[in-house]
Amino acid sequence: MYWEKMKVILNCTQIERIIEDLAGRIISDVPAHSDIATIGVRSRGEVLAQRLSSRLADEFGKDVPCGILDITLYRDDLNLPQGVGQPQVRTTEIGFDIDGKVIILVDDVLQTGRSTRAAMDALIDLGRPMVVKLAVLVDRLGRELPIQADYSGYKSDAAADKLVQVRFVESDGKDEVVIE
Amino acid sequence: MKWHRKHLLGLRELSAEEIGYILDTAVGFEQVSTRSVKKAPPLRGKVVVNLFFEDSTRTRNSFALAANRLSADIIEFTKKSSSVSKGETLLDTARNLEAMGIDIVVVRHNAGGASRFLSRNIKACVINAGDGFCEHPTQGLLDVYTIRKIKGTLDGLKIAIVGDVAHSRVARSDMWAMTKLGAEVTFVGPPTLMPAQAERLPVKVSYCLDEVVEKVDVINMLRIQFERLGGNPFPSIREYSHYFGLTAERMKRAKGDILVMHPGPINRGLEIESEVADGRNSVILEQVTNGLAVRMAVLFLVNQAAAQRID
Repeated sequence: MYWEKMKVILNCTQIERIIEDLAGRIISDVPAHSDIATIGVRSRGEVLAQRLSSRLADEFGKDVPCGILDITLYRDDLNLPQGVGQPQVRTTEIGFDIDGKVIILVDDVLQTGRSTRAAMDALIDLGRPMVVKLAVLVDRLGRELPIQADYSGYKSDAAADKLVQVRFVESDGKDEVVIE
Repeated sequence: MKWHRKHLLGLRELSAEEIGYILDTAVGFEQVSTRSVKKAPPLRGKVVVNLFFEDSTRTRNSFALAANRLSADIIEFTKKSSSVSKGETLLDTARNLEAMGIDIVVVRHNAGGASRFLSRNIKACVINAGDGFCEHPTQGLLDVYTIRKIKGTLDGLKIAIVGDVAHSRVARSDMWAMTKLGAEVTFVGPPTLMPAQAERLPVKVSYCLDEVVEKVDVINMLRIQFERLGGNPFPSIREYSHYFGLTAERMKRAKGDILVMHPGPINRGLEIESEVADGRNSVILEQVTNGLAVRMAVLFLVNQAAAQRID
């Protein structure tokens, strides 16, 4: 409704703790000698992927490469009228071979599952990972496809018509998650 | 900005921002051609028709490959083996193909305005692949894309376009794109091959290649189009080469980092010496590679714009 303002549901401290927790769960899940890499879905997933990658690298004591995936070409809604936004094709930058690796696919929000479906189709065209696991900061209700996160940070029960917006220092100047 | 054009008929009517948007989009398509699986799905189920009434190697095959890379189906129409020989008109040809269900028409025709005419009379998206002497927008786009990729920006660059400018749709599309992006363009050639009233165009004109070659950052050589020339615009081919050919000797006086371009096909030894065409300043083959990414971007964008009109 028009008089409801944007509400901050996670502040930077809470986000920090959630990311620590996600990293911790990935670390305990994945054997230390694994060939592991993170790939973030544009455009905020890449920030989260970079942060996770650093933490994983610290813990495993080795470089954990991080890639950026643009899923625009794999979206299932390109032939539908777009309303306000128009997705722009950007680059995919994955400077390593994904064959045989443990790929942690990272996105900021999981809701319908369509972005994740697109990301998986994009990854399959790039190679054959050994396993792909999905890590998300915010896990919302409202799946339209049978897709779930392996590691989800904050579970939100916000109504489907609300917009949950993740903001990071690197992309928006501030770490926060808002609902509007 | 939002891309709203379902046709690409020329660069004259595009803003600098729109041109930049196509180039930025093309960057995202480059890697589809370099990775192992050279296919992506955005035009899956769409039908693209290559409606070519003139010969072509680069443009036609480039569009065919671009459509294939985006998972579209392609129909190849060649005038020579079509019912145009029985007198069928351009419009009837297009409408008959449209009755079979097509989404995008890529058209090359010897009449200027042919693509615009089609865009007003059929429902499919229309992309101009060359209409008479008028425009060849995807060539203009891939030329500026190539320059931008190497030099970073066109703003402030000096560019020479040399040869049969009067009959060149490439020269015109280049002129629009380059000047809109901030470059200074000079047409170079004999007076007989300069467009009438060239002084009304946003370019400089020179009849002396030797004066210009030292000053420019980019030089684009055009082919002498024997199939289009009427009469005798120059005394002999040898004389033309002497005054307007890009020879290794002339290259010695050019800037060390000058880019040598040519839309192809090359008449080796005529407008450009082999040594230069194959030399270290030449980006002629890179133009062809970049053409693929640019055409993928154009196909993608016009298709997106067309989708907006669905109710």
